[in-house]
Amino acid sequence: MCLGIPGRIIEITDAEKYLAVVDVSGVRRKANVACIAETDALDDLIGTWVLLHVGFAMSVIDEAEAARTLEVLDELGEVQDELTAMRESAQP
Amino acid sequence: MKYADEFRDPVLARKVLNRIERTLGRIPMPEGRPLHIMEVCGGHTHSIFRYGLQKLVPDSIEFVHGPGCPVCVLPMGRVDDCVTLAEQPQVIFTTFGDAMRVPGSKGSLIEAKARGADVRMVYSPLDALELARRHPEREVVFFALGFETTMPSTALTLLQAAEEGVENFSMICQHITIIPTLKALLSDPQCLIDGFIGPGHVSMVIGNRGYGFIPDDYGKPFVVAGFEPLDLLQSLWMVLEQMAEGRASVENQYARVVPEDGNTAALRAMAEVYEDRESCDWRGLGAIDRSGVRIRAAYADFDAERKFGLVPADVADPAICQCGEVVRGQLKPHMCRAFGKECTPATPLGALMVSSEGACAAYHQYGATDLVGTRDG
Repeated sequence: MCLGIPGRIIEITDAEKYLAVVDVSGVRRKANVACIAETDALDDLIGTWVLLHVGFAMSVIDEAEAARTLEVLDELGEVQDELTAMRESAQP
Repeated sequence: MKYADEFRDPVLARKVLNRIERTLGRIPMPEGRPLHIMEVCGGHTHSIFRYGLQKLVPDSIEFVHGPGCPVCVLPMGRVDDCVTLAEQPQVIFTTFGDAMRVPGSKGSLIEAKARGADVRMVYSPLDALELARRHPEREVVFFALGFETTMPSTALTLLQAAEEGVENFSMICQHITIIPTLKALLSDPQCLIDGFIGPGHVSMVIGNRGYGFIPDDYGKPFVVAGFEPLDLLQSLWMVLEQMAEGRASVENQYARVVPEDGNTAALRAMAEVYEDRESCDWRGLGAIDRSGVRIRAAYADFDAERKFGLVPADVADPAICQCGEVVRGQLKPHMCRAFGKECTPATPLGALMVSSEGACAAYHQYGATDLVGTRDG
């Protein structure tokens, strides 16, 4: 829950609620981008790499940083746990 | 240096380690003990163990594992509060997975689930809110746990719920704050910490200015660090370099993610939703003044404590546990009388044994036996 995992914003789904879809190692999930939105032009964020914390994009990072962070998280054994949590979250 | 090969740039790691060694030579050492450098954040603890950094650095440096793992300092009474809410028939209780196995006096949330309570793991508070929208006939309670790293996510989720008028959504707030905790540690007369490796993702939210009292009032260096092993070694060197130069200040090794003033949108949402509690209980550390927050009265409808008239449980830590001494850095995990006996990752008594970021679980996983009898022992 404390880890930031890198992901890439691929779509803005609800600009009013600051909601986007982020791709994290192939898993797509809904994310809130209010904390990194500097302007209302949210579409500018598409393609951006971010650190995703419990479904909230908290920091914009570059692609190289994203790759390094994913590698460390993988070595820490945290990537699979995060991805599983994302996939299984709140199934009805 | 057998572990240095694990680094993706072993040459660079060796260079930093050489610099650490050279800088150490310029530092006046404390009498009869190594230098104590506390890494505050549980994520850093995990990295340090995973990469064997405590074995790579010279013997005259000892990492002290700090209280910065919210699961590890979650008091039993608060787990009981969660179980009480989860056992209400109309409630769907949602939580980050990390909190599921933390024992309370009535067992853990996972045990409550086994007894029939509707407890569900969620990845994000957004998912808990979505559950509330999908199940208007039920009450969805989210366990808002964590330091400032997760606080923006719960604040923004609550604001969204308020805006949409999702009346069946509420949160039980166990957010804690890092600055009062560091103050409490430093004001302990038995504190033997010489310098700090500061938390990266908490600082990403709150910025670096709040840490000024650590060098100013206590004369200790504080370097905010990233999570890669090289980040940690580099930050350690920056701490030592301050000591060698006879100065103390707040420095930012993780500037690529941590802005000096933190994240404005996040801080605004947190201030809107939360206010300081007079006091907050910590497992192992007891009560610390103003170290936690609660939901402001303006959002009382979304505060599960008020909504369900919850009377917070007050439960002492198990007598055998020595979590407090471990969290303060006064006792190494394997020296606790319950370590590896009554308390193991499969059957944790203390929360430090539950999370992969807890010092005890890390000792257990990464070879405490190897550490026993060496300089740690």
